[in-house]
Amino acid sequence: MATYPQNFRFGEFVGSLIWLIFWILVIVTLVGLPLIFIILFYVPLPPVGGQVLTPYLFLTMVVDPSRTMPIIQHLMTTDLFRVAMFPGFTYAALIAAVTIFVERKFLAKMQLRVGPLYAGKIEGILQLIADGLKLIAKEIIIPSGADKPMFWAAPIMFVATAAAVVALIPAAPGYVVADVDVGLLAVFAILGFFPLIALLFSWASNSKYPFIGGLRALHQMIAFEIPFILSALSVVILSGTLNLTGIVESQIQSYWFIFFLPISAFVFYISSLAELERIPFDLPEAESEIVAGWLTETSGMIYGLLQLGSYVKTYALAALFVVLFLGGWAGPMVFPPQVQTPLINIAPLYDQQAANGTLWFTLKTFGVIMLMLLPRGISPRIRIDILLHTGWYKMIVLSFINIFVALALIYGNILGPGGLLVR
Amino acid sequence: MTSLEDKFEESKKLGLQIVRESEEDRLMTLSVGPQHPGSGHFRFTIKVDGDYIVYCDPDPGYVHRGEEKMCEYRNVIQNIPHLERPVIHDSSNITYSYSLAIEELAGIEVPRRGQYIRALASELNRQVYTLYWLAIYGIFLGHSTMFMWPTGDRELFIDLLEALTGARVTHAFNIPGGVRNDIPDGFKERCLRQMRYFQKRLKEYEDIFYNMPLFRQRTEGVAVLSKEDAVKLGVAGSVVRASGVPYDIRKAEPYDIYNEIDFKVQYMKTGDCFARSYVPFLDMQESCHIIEQLLDKMPQSGEVRAKLQPNPKGPPGETYRRVESGRGALGYYIVSDGTPKPYRVKISVGSFRNMLALPYLLVGQKLADMPAVYWSLNYWPVEADR
Repeated sequence: MATYPQNFRFGEFVGSLIWLIFWILVIVTLVGLPLIFIILFYVPLPPVGGQVLTPYLFLTMVVDPSRTMPIIQHLMTTDLFRVAMFPGFTYAALIAAVTIFVERKFLAKMQLRVGPLYAGKIEGILQLIADGLKLIAKEIIIPSGADKPMFWAAPIMFVATAAAVVALIPAAPGYVVADVDVGLLAVFAILGFFPLIALLFSWASNSKYPFIGGLRALHQMIAFEIPFILSALSVVILSGTLNLTGIVESQIQSYWFIFFLPISAFVFYISSLAELERIPFDLPEAESEIVAGWLTETSGMIYGLLQLGSYVKTYALAALFVVLFLGGWAGPMVFPPQVQTPLINIAPLYDQQAANGTLWFTLKTFGVIMLMLLPRGISPRIRIDILLHTGWYKMIVLSFINIFVALALIYGNILGPGGLLVR
Repeated sequence: MTSLEDKFEESKKLGLQIVRESEEDRLMTLSVGPQHPGSGHFRFTIKVDGDYIVYCDPDPGYVHRGEEKMCEYRNVIQNIPHLERPVIHDSSNITYSYSLAIEELAGIEVPRRGQYIRALASELNRQVYTLYWLAIYGIFLGHSTMFMWPTGDRELFIDLLEALTGARVTHAFNIPGGVRNDIPDGFKERCLRQMRYFQKRLKEYEDIFYNMPLFRQRTEGVAVLSKEDAVKLGVAGSVVRASGVPYDIRKAEPYDIYNEIDFKVQYMKTGDCFARSYVPFLDMQESCHIIEQLLDKMPQSGEVRAKLQPNPKGPPGETYRRVESGRGALGYYIVSDGTPKPYRVKISVGSFRNMLALPYLLVGQKLADMPAVYWSLNYWPVEADR
């Protein structure tokens, strides 16, 4: 069976491609380049490295790599870089992408399979790109009777909310998008949006199975929100601050909080699994029971965005675990104080503390993410009544135990008075 | 203090369009199947009140293929390949009882070596079916490792059967008069090695699935089918054995050489979801012992198939023979009018009788237990529809 058009000619296809490239080149040279020059001429550019940036200078910097360094250095101090690149979205999305790939291979090895294998020759390394292209190419089907604005808005809101959590997390000393004093409180405030989005999206789908899934998501997230917050409360009692950077610094001054509060860490881990809707807590998406839960009516890139959002959320919660219990970016120094590279000198960009912090933070976060992936290979799905019982009875009691431990440590003068950070 | 009734009357006087909620308004009707990932080729309508199922109406028939009618237009040998289509994973067992019935009608004596090989093929096929069933049970409960492991190990049994019969799933191996061909060289050693490996794997299954606390929580005490109800509903196979009735056709009315084999009928007394999911697993362990014994006791040489006429036919008459398949008693009622083509063939399958227990078990359970209860009934929709 031929799937290509009847009058398909390969030569014509190649010829059309060449024509396309030709016209693109013509348009770029005749319209694009003059346009760039006009813009560069009129837009006032910031002074970089003591020189006013003129179009001429800009082009020399593009040609000479050593002269690009000041521009990059300048960019790295801007908020845009923080938001879009390093502790912000690109870093989170990159980790999410690696997580998806690692999860598939890791689970495959656990289940005596090979996992993705063909895309990209080396162990299916490009599988994610292939999947992404497939999702983009797919038609987005909206059920008749669906609430269209809500249906379109929910996936974008989901990703945006996940990215908002990422914005509050310090990845390296000084590298945080929003360093607010009530950072931990803000994290929980933003996490509170997720059940709302799930419920609104499921209601907007105008279908039965998504509705049941949305209600389940709501029940589950409310049941685990309280132990989630209570387990973080003991950390706040110990460190004496709600600022996430402050929490990390207080751990650098003493020990990691997981040694003082192992039960809190356990409760936090279980609650974050429930928050992430991962197996064994994937009830809102329970496939054999309610088709795909609140994702039933999603298709194409709407599904892709929701998946991206949930993996960014996985990164955010794993990073939060690292910040609260595993000492954030703390770790032995492995980088030299200065670097010398041949050809292009990146010394002005190099920051020993930031590089070291990023390395340890990334390693720890990946460790926690792997721990979050593990239950998927060994556990069946839990039932909703057992889940609610676990959340409301067991987890809350467990998290209270460590609150008392933290209070005893503080008021017994075993740790610093009024929190570790206060000196 | 005004009661709800007064308020309702009052609102009527004010001209408000208030409609009282009826009992039916609380219920949500869900159609499970045939496009639902937890149903198979089968549909049942359930009504849920909150999270509880209050009504269940099974609706089989999506894969009805008229196997029984097709039998009337073909002679007895031509019938074999299409008769195994209802359960391709258990194809040796579904042709086993057919062969037994035809042999009784036509008065054919099967050689002893043929009987042993026939039993061997059907035991191997039982393993294939049960592994597939277990894989689906695993994924129904969200346990993806339990889907992959049995599916992978099933491949090894399929390889064995391929060496034995020449086909991977639809063997057409058990025929009236014996089996199609003798076992290949070195099959016994290969098969025994396989069994040793598989028994080790079964322990791992138990560790990762049956002994998992979350699995126990989900299945223990769920959808209990008492001994009396099980007998009254006429359920078969692992379902009736899980309710405390040690009934196995291989023991109750031994066919071929099964009376020479030493094996236990595995049964449990609780009758809950866990027992129904655990009895097939115990059967797999028992089946391993049976296969080892069959390979030991098999005559070293001899005929494997009785000589038949080109078109075997017997005197007019009727017969009913059954075997223990992966899903319980699987019987054939065949009426012959003396011609090579059967006059009437009726297939009696365990799946259909197990499906009848579904509405009784599902009502009162939670929606989350629906796949666990449904698949614990050891039901194969295609076989039930025939």
